[in-house]
Amino acid sequence: MIEKPINNRAWLLVLPVLAFVLFSALLPMMTVVNYSLQDSMGANNFFWNGDAWFRDVLNPSTDIGARFFDALIRNLSFSFAALLIEVPLGIAIALCLPRSGWAVGPCLVLIALPMLIPWNVVGTIWQIFARADIGLFGAAINGLGIPYNDTQDPVAAWITIVIIDVWHWTPLVILLSYAGLRAIPDAFYQAARIDAASRWAVFVNIELPKLQKVLVIAVLLRFMQTFMIYTEPFVVTGGGPGSATTFLSIDLVKIALGQVDLGNAAAMSLIYNLITITLCWIFYTIMTQLDRRRDA
Amino acid sequence: MRRGVMPKIVLAAYLAMLMLPIYWLINLSLRPNEDIVSRMALWPHHPTLEKYFFILNDPTWVHAFGVSLTYVLINTVISVTVALPAAYAFNRFSFIGDKHLFFWLLTNLMAPASVYAMPFFNLYYAVGLFDTVWAVALAHCLFNVPLAVWILEGFIGGVPREIDEAAAIDGYSFPRFFIRIFLPLIANGIGVTAFFCFMFSWVEQLLATTLTATNALPFAAVMTRSYSVSGMDWTLLAAAGVLTMVPGAVVIWFVRNHIAKGFALGRV
Repeated sequence: MIEKPINNRAWLLVLPVLAFVLFSALLPMMTVVNYSLQDSMGANNFFWNGDAWFRDVLNPSTDIGARFFDALIRNLSFSFAALLIEVPLGIAIALCLPRSGWAVGPCLVLIALPMLIPWNVVGTIWQIFARADIGLFGAAINGLGIPYNDTQDPVAAWITIVIIDVWHWTPLVILLSYAGLRAIPDAFYQAARIDAASRWAVFVNIELPKLQKVLVIAVLLRFMQTFMIYTEPFVVTGGGPGSATTFLSIDLVKIALGQVDLGNAAAMSLIYNLITITLCWIFYTIMTQLDRRRDA
Repeated sequence: MRRGVMPKIVLAAYLAMLMLPIYWLINLSLRPNEDIVSRMALWPHHPTLEKYFFILNDPTWVHAFGVSLTYVLINTVISVTVALPAAYAFNRFSFIGDKHLFFWLLTNLMAPASVYAMPFFNLYYAVGLFDTVWAVALAHCLFNVPLAVWILEGFIGGVPREIDEAAAIDGYSFPRFFIRIFLPLIANGIGVTAFFCFMFSWVEQLLATTLTATNALPFAAVMTRSYSVSGMDWTLLAAAGVLTMVPGAVVIWFVRNHIAKGFALGRV
């Protein structure tokens, strides 16, 4: 890998980005930090509250702490399940797509369609689609002899949200993987043919390593989005039944706007944000280190 | 490479599963409300385009559609424009704090909109942009600018450094080189990035609805309004849903070849 020249004037090229992102990032973040450190007696009378809200949220024996850890585990298992299905499925479908010809364009447009539907519309579609009486999906599952009702059964509700996410976002993994696959020069495949390599060997030795870079983008993006999921469960299940699909962001909005418990909500959202960033950082570091080692 | 029939069958099966919910939406949009809630019908028995005509003839809906398109386009243009030089800087130079800055940019993708919606409202109200398309366009920059930098950086990595050096020797100034020589080389990347910015801004609604009231009401907000007026108007909602897919489908049709050509990803 060639060393990049050191040039601190490059900062000038980054400044516009910094300005636009800071404008929207800094003040809202500071507002949340403010709330997390203060308590209110109502009517905009705030006083310093130190780290009390944070200790509350991180203590599983308090009411809010128990809720936080429950939602956190629900979120982690949801993200894990979604990624476990979406990434392999996405790569597999990308491999099945034609490499050239008339069918490429229509296939890509069809695949991208679910991603282009506004999130509340996605929720609305599935709200009806999953119903056992008037929806195709619910009726079909029940027709197979599996009792299914996503508004009553917690497990069914959780699985429904996973299925929605798989339906909605596997296309992102497909598009990124497909773009990555198209960037592999034909020479690689010709060499493999001369060596009479099996399909599996081609996949493991040529395609997968070349896909690593796009997969980092795909996995990180999907992790962030699944970890912050809000609209779909909000519209389809409303966080229920019980609290089966009350993910962190849904719980936060309930606490902040429903109970107007701003201190707890702010502390919780900062901890939540920190967890997301830490997990992404670990993953990002591992992937980029692997990359560097291979280049060296 | 030799390809059997299997991939075609798998692909066809996947596409069928993918299209089913969308078919269901179209199906709903063509059936009257009483029909939707009373029984399951695999296809519309008495199809009606009534709600489509209703939406297309109602100034509120048409205006909202225009508002949504406007802030999405403003956002896409801003995101791609400011991200281009930054992505170039990240790919070509080392500078103090570059790696930290890059990761900090990514952390902005990790802030849940649901949490920051209220602070956003306060901020944009305070600067007097509340209820304008600019508020939404700027707010969406929070996640679209970092995303654009991330994607473009990969594409720029695919352009050999020798081209920069050759241009410098030929006496090109940096702005002239960047616009005349470099941008055409990463046209694919710009197309793909613009598509992603368009998409994420188009589908995001929590911020869009929080930051607007009447003048700049986005399409999605008008949709949520139709929930309450007369119970659930499923047909209207479904017809509006079908219409929201149209702009995105048009955009993806234009960039399909760019995506097919692939990312020439340099580093992560």
